[in-house]
Amino acid sequence: MARTEAFFDTGLRADGRDPSQLRKISCKVGAFKQADGSAYIEQGKTKILATVYGPQEIRGGKSKVLHDRALINCQFSMAVFCTSERRNRPRGDRKTMELNSMLQQTYEAAIRVELFPRSQIDIFVEVLQADGGVASAAINAATLALIDAGVPMKDYVCACSAAMVDDFPFLDLSHLEEIVVGSMVTFACLPRSKQIVLSEMSGRLHLDYLDKVMDAALKGCEDVFHIMDSIVRSQVAHMAAAMG
Amino acid sequence: MTLSEGEKKYILDSVNDDCRIDGRQRNNYRLMQVETDVIDHANGSARLRIGETEVLVCVKAELETPKPETPDRGAIQFFIDCSANASPQFAGRGGNELASDIQSCLDRAFSSPSVLDYTALCVERGHFSWTLFVDILILQCGGNLYDAVSLGVKAALYNTVIAKVAVKFLADNKPEVEVSSDPSKGFKLDVTNVPCFMTFLRIGNHCVLDPSLEEESCGQGSLVVGITVQGIVTHVRKVGPGSFHPTSMEDALNTANAIGPLIHMQLLSKLKEETADKRGFLR
Repeated sequence: MARTEAFFDTGLRADGRDPSQLRKISCKVGAFKQADGSAYIEQGKTKILATVYGPQEIRGGKSKVLHDRALINCQFSMAVFCTSERRNRPRGDRKTMELNSMLQQTYEAAIRVELFPRSQIDIFVEVLQADGGVASAAINAATLALIDAGVPMKDYVCACSAAMVDDFPFLDLSHLEEIVVGSMVTFACLPRSKQIVLSEMSGRLHLDYLDKVMDAALKGCEDVFHIMDSIVRSQVAHMAAAMG
Repeated sequence: MTLSEGEKKYILDSVNDDCRIDGRQRNNYRLMQVETDVIDHANGSARLRIGETEVLVCVKAELETPKPETPDRGAIQFFIDCSANASPQFAGRGGNELASDIQSCLDRAFSSPSVLDYTALCVERGHFSWTLFVDILILQCGGNLYDAVSLGVKAALYNTVIAKVAVKFLADNKPEVEVSSDPSKGFKLDVTNVPCFMTFLRIGNHCVLDPSLEEESCGQGSLVVGITVQGIVTHVRKVGPGSFHPTSMEDALNTANAIGPLIHMQLLSKLKEETADKRGFLR
């Protein structure tokens, strides 16, 4: 029961949430003017910045050109100061490479790439502060940045992490919780069609638990969707009002 | 940024008339915004914005064994990351060259022992001293990176608090570090003599301060001057293509001597009156 105690001190988690609660999400869409689209998201203490450039002409070699769809180019970096232990380099290590390909595959499935043949869409994600759920927060930030850039997508891509602790599914883990549980899943989905575009698991989990934890994570994704949707709608309403 | 001949001529004429394209005079800076304590688990951090340029500077102090040649001194190390967020050109290794340019400028400017009290960073002679890792992330690139970076570094160092530690020698004469149990106890750095850079960009026959990205793309080389609050020039470097005449170089140094102290004082007074209301990037 030790693990539960770490989670439940007084019936609540260390940061005062109950198991199915997300951390506070605050974001700013269009944080930077120079990029075609940008978004900054704070999910608890995880702070992430995403910018989108494109669709634009392919940079570098012509050999990268895809004749039937757009090329999605992602760069995932974690600032050297983003974790409590200073990192040696911002990108190029295994963790960031892994997150990079995760991001790329997720958005290849979600962006309507067939509309932009022979062009390139750049998604740059920068983690400024990491406190658990980096992958899911990065995907949420990139989604908002893509929406800001006006890149056509099938739906919002919403991501959420979850873990099983003594028969209970817990949503949106902080760094401390990630260390304690050992095993964790991250799902990203297109909430309206209930399609899963990213599924990632670390550690090991009993098969009996997979359904439970997946349902919980997808519920979390839906919650994230409602938050992001309301932010985007209020932003657009604000812009429309400014235009008169 | 690529400009047409017409646009370049427009910028050139505007500098000649001492009324630049955004209405500034040649010696005017753009609006600056600074905010400290933006990263939770750092000893000090600052986010600084000049116009469209935005940098995030973070200071982390780590206990290390001092170098044998300087057993009673701490050290400072700079690392600059030109994030791809700032420009797609920086993707992959694209920003490395610019980053190492700025880094070498900072290394030079901070190499003098009068800049920071490095002996205050020593905990136990020959055994432990603090190394300050100053990590700079370029978030947006709207011209005048050198100035923004150096002012950001000064703000972050001002914000830095380092834990008080004591060293106890065990029976076998091995030193052991004891950290004070009160986390609020710590010491701050004296940043009075930390220099900041002023970039003089030559456009036509004149130099402008705080050039924007448009102006930088039609400039003919720039002069980066490190200057302290007393107006002492600590560092001069010509960067980029182009050349300077000795008299225009002298003019630039005189201007730096006059304006530099004002910038230092403005920055420090803003940092002192900063309120507890932090909104970070959500602002």
